[in-house]
Amino acid sequence: MSTHDQHGSGRTGTHPRRIRLLASAGAAALLLASGTAAPSASAAEDDKVLTVAVAQSVDSLSPFLAVRLLSTSIHRLTYEYLTNYDPEDNHVVPGLATKWKSSPDKLTWTYTIRSDSEWLDGQQATAKDAAWTFNKMMTDDGAATANGSFVTNFAEVTAPSPTQLVIRLKQPQATMTALDVPIVPRHVWEKVDDLSKFNNDKDFPVVGNGPFVLTDYKPDSYVRLKANKDFWRGAPKFDELVFRYYKDQDAAVAALRKGEVSFVSGSPSLTPAQSASLEDEENIHVNDAPGRRFYALATNPGARAKDGTKFGDGHPSLLDQRVRHALFMAVDRKAIVDKVFQGHAVEGEGYIPPRFPQYFFEPSADQKLAYAPTEAARLLDEAGYRTNADGKRLGRDGKPLNYRVLCHATDPNDKAVGKYLEEWWGELGISITLDCLDNVTDPWLAGEYDLAFDGWSVNPDPDFVLSIHTCDALPATPKDTGATDNFICDKTYDELYARQLAEYDPAKRADIVKQMQSRLYDLGYMNVMAYPNAVEAYRTDQIESITTMPSAAGNIYGQDGYWSWWSAVPAGSGDSSGGSSSTGAVIGIAAGAVVLVGLGVLFLVRRRATADDRE
Amino acid sequence: MSSVSRPTTAEAGAANGPGSAGAGRPSPSPRARGLPVGAYPRYVAGRLAGAAVSLLAVLVTSFFLFRMIPGDPVKFMTGRRPVSAEQIAVYRREFGLDLPLWQQFTDYCGKALTGDLGTSYQFRAPVVDKITEALPNTLLLTGTAFVLYTALGVFLGTRSAWRHGGLGDRLHTGLALTLYSIPSFWLGLLLIIVLSVGVDPIPGLFPTGGMESGREEGFAHVVDVAHHLVLPVVTLVAVEYGQTLLVSRSALLDEMGGDYLTTARAKGLRDDLVRRRHAVPNALLPTVTLIFVNLGRTVAGVILVETVFSWPGLGGLFYQALSVPDLPLVQGLFFVFAAAVILMNTLADLLYPLFDPRVGR
Repeated sequence: MSTHDQHGSGRTGTHPRRIRLLASAGAAALLLASGTAAPSASAAEDDKVLTVAVAQSVDSLSPFLAVRLLSTSIHRLTYEYLTNYDPEDNHVVPGLATKWKSSPDKLTWTYTIRSDSEWLDGQQATAKDAAWTFNKMMTDDGAATANGSFVTNFAEVTAPSPTQLVIRLKQPQATMTALDVPIVPRHVWEKVDDLSKFNNDKDFPVVGNGPFVLTDYKPDSYVRLKANKDFWRGAPKFDELVFRYYKDQDAAVAALRKGEVSFVSGSPSLTPAQSASLEDEENIHVNDAPGRRFYALATNPGARAKDGTKFGDGHPSLLDQRVRHALFMAVDRKAIVDKVFQGHAVEGEGYIPPRFPQYFFEPSADQKLAYAPTEAARLLDEAGYRTNADGKRLGRDGKPLNYRVLCHATDPNDKAVGKYLEEWWGELGISITLDCLDNVTDPWLAGEYDLAFDGWSVNPDPDFVLSIHTCDALPATPKDTGATDNFICDKTYDELYARQLAEYDPAKRADIVKQMQSRLYDLGYMNVMAYPNAVEAYRTDQIESITTMPSAAGNIYGQDGYWSWWSAVPAGSGDSSGGSSSTGAVIGIAAGAVVLVGLGVLFLVRRRATADDRE
Repeated sequence: MSSVSRPTTAEAGAANGPGSAGAGRPSPSPRARGLPVGAYPRYVAGRLAGAAVSLLAVLVTSFFLFRMIPGDPVKFMTGRRPVSAEQIAVYRREFGLDLPLWQQFTDYCGKALTGDLGTSYQFRAPVVDKITEALPNTLLLTGTAFVLYTALGVFLGTRSAWRHGGLGDRLHTGLALTLYSIPSFWLGLLLIIVLSVGVDPIPGLFPTGGMESGREEGFAHVVDVAHHLVLPVVTLVAVEYGQTLLVSRSALLDEMGGDYLTTARAKGLRDDLVRRRHAVPNALLPTVTLIFVNLGRTVAGVILVETVFSWPGLGGLFYQALSVPDLPLVQGLFFVFAAAVILMNTLADLLYPLFDPRVGR
């Protein structure tokens, strides 16, 4: 038999294949091994880099279009606004404007623009740039996309001189020192044809005048900023600030643990499990700070439009104030803070969180709806909603009360609190149906719910979160969308809202804002259960110190202002690209091992094939 | 989408055991026989026409399908921030949502035929740009994984079948099945913890996420991307190779009792050669079907693995598009995903006659 020939031809046939396989294995190993070159190249740079893990995609880098938190935070860092907020207590401090005053009729505001702020290309930033920015927003729909609401009450904006900006209003407006609008360089932006389609993400570095310069951006990979050494308030301490993408929060925490990133905030916050796992870690500091959000239970007051049309199907019993109060009195806020937020929250009181002390409202002793289930049951009896023989509380129609509670399927807190409500209200004889949806917007805007989990992030100027409960915010007709949160419309509240908007004295205005919250509390349509903390973490071997806002105890990510990243001081040995450089040698060893194992497998396969040959 | 008379993956996956298949098989080497003259062009034309019809159907379906998702994009984009009623009207006008549905549809079709898939609502950029931006990233990840898990699956599958019942076979099949049933995001996180952060004594070898450090250029950049590619590819290969392994294993098992194999052995061929030259080619058809199905899927990305490893690909883009819903983006992506599957199925159809001349006659 000519087995030998067959063997021979077979071998020559497969030989080149094995060589190719071997060669490719070798090449792969080489590629891996040379991975050592990559991190060390970046480590060789002496630049102090601050890397922040983020998850949210950039919607646009144009200040006229961007609305997401990450994008607007980048604009805070790269453009100046007229004013800024003090990191210590949120009071208004100078930004591009050094001072401002209003006319006796409250309708004309004059801002003095600083003369020591330069654009990246060396040109002076002036009042003309500010006037152009506002005028563009008033006349061009595309430019009004993100911040149009700031200029709806503007009659005219002019710049009589490079250091003087004059804004004339249609109506008095107390929020004129809280115009959170990035001022752009006119000489760059007037060349843009269509502002509604220009994303400002092609030419780098981007011409700005903030503490950082936007130098590079790759969608969903990174956003890179360099320190502006000529910034008028002083240069940032880090040379570079990088927002790096971690779409999964656990992966971001792993990156922090490894030292690939300097800071993780989570969106909106680290989970209790994540923060607990980081607390004992060396070189990591967990910042458990009072948050700017409130977490509430909103009640449907009967949806209606401005034209008077009623719609939706809110439960009629909820129109009785005693029922709303009774429901809230059966909610154990302390248990929610302890069990659901695991201590990372503060018990709810008024509408605005205590992080803003000048506006924070606490109900008086006889006004307070404290946790008192027995009293709640008595109140329901008094309102005529009595229990039947089975212990079920009956409505006016004689049917047992059952409320539909709208919850966000994506928020585990909603589901957990929902379970507690089921138990607490169940003891009152009231059952609930928890509707956890991915998209709550549709039933919400249609008024097709009884109660709903609600929450807002509050700005240093509370105007917006107050405005969403005015009658003016209701939709024009049932088909329209209004700015209203949950269809509250109350004459007393509206009168107070108008008064605070026209009150230019901060202390007097704060007093009116507290009266509004008191009214809201008594109405019982918006019951604040808790103020969730902002739980974030950073590496102390990369960041020596960083300013929180408020500075005594406050958050770092998403501040109103550029304080955190501008103030961050690199740690002595700080190298935020760390971790990877030390692994270089190990990678080499691993690559070597891969090659060895590969060779071994090939050898074995060859041997086995030969041994198994049949004669 | 294309209807083809060929063994489906499921059928191919049902192993009959070694004895049942060999009998009645035609020639041991189908490649040696040609198609009747004129049959192949007719067959090709038929397949291409089918693919074109499928593509048109997808174009139409994607327009109406996503308009049925609950949620109003304008309400989503203007919610939770101060926006006046006039501004909302501007949004509607800009997105063309104020037009009657039939007009939106004809606009969409007209533009799509010229290659314009519209402008993304949330990113204010042409859909085509957003897709071409993320497509190479996805193809790099899924393409690399595809090549590796297919090669590994076929290699181990055929060897397992050849020595079925042995320790190696049981070990490989068991391992492949176990990995196949592990959720990819869980395995990914585990790999991050062990191989990226490092657990004593294992050091952190790989980056925790992303596609690049963004600092390198030229060859260093290639190396950097390869370094970032390792863990997501390992995850994908681990959870995917089992399917190919099982299909190629059972396909080969069907061939194992074939008389032509006995003949080949009788000729004195080495066992390796009998498998490679005679048995495997005949067992290829179901595996090829699976390979092309998988190839079509590579474009759609792998949303969970992309998320865990923060890979900037199409899967993540699709998720973001759905949550608004960003209609032009979601339609465009759906069209591209479906087109890839149709294209690969058509390609598979066109290649079948080369593997088995009985197809397409």
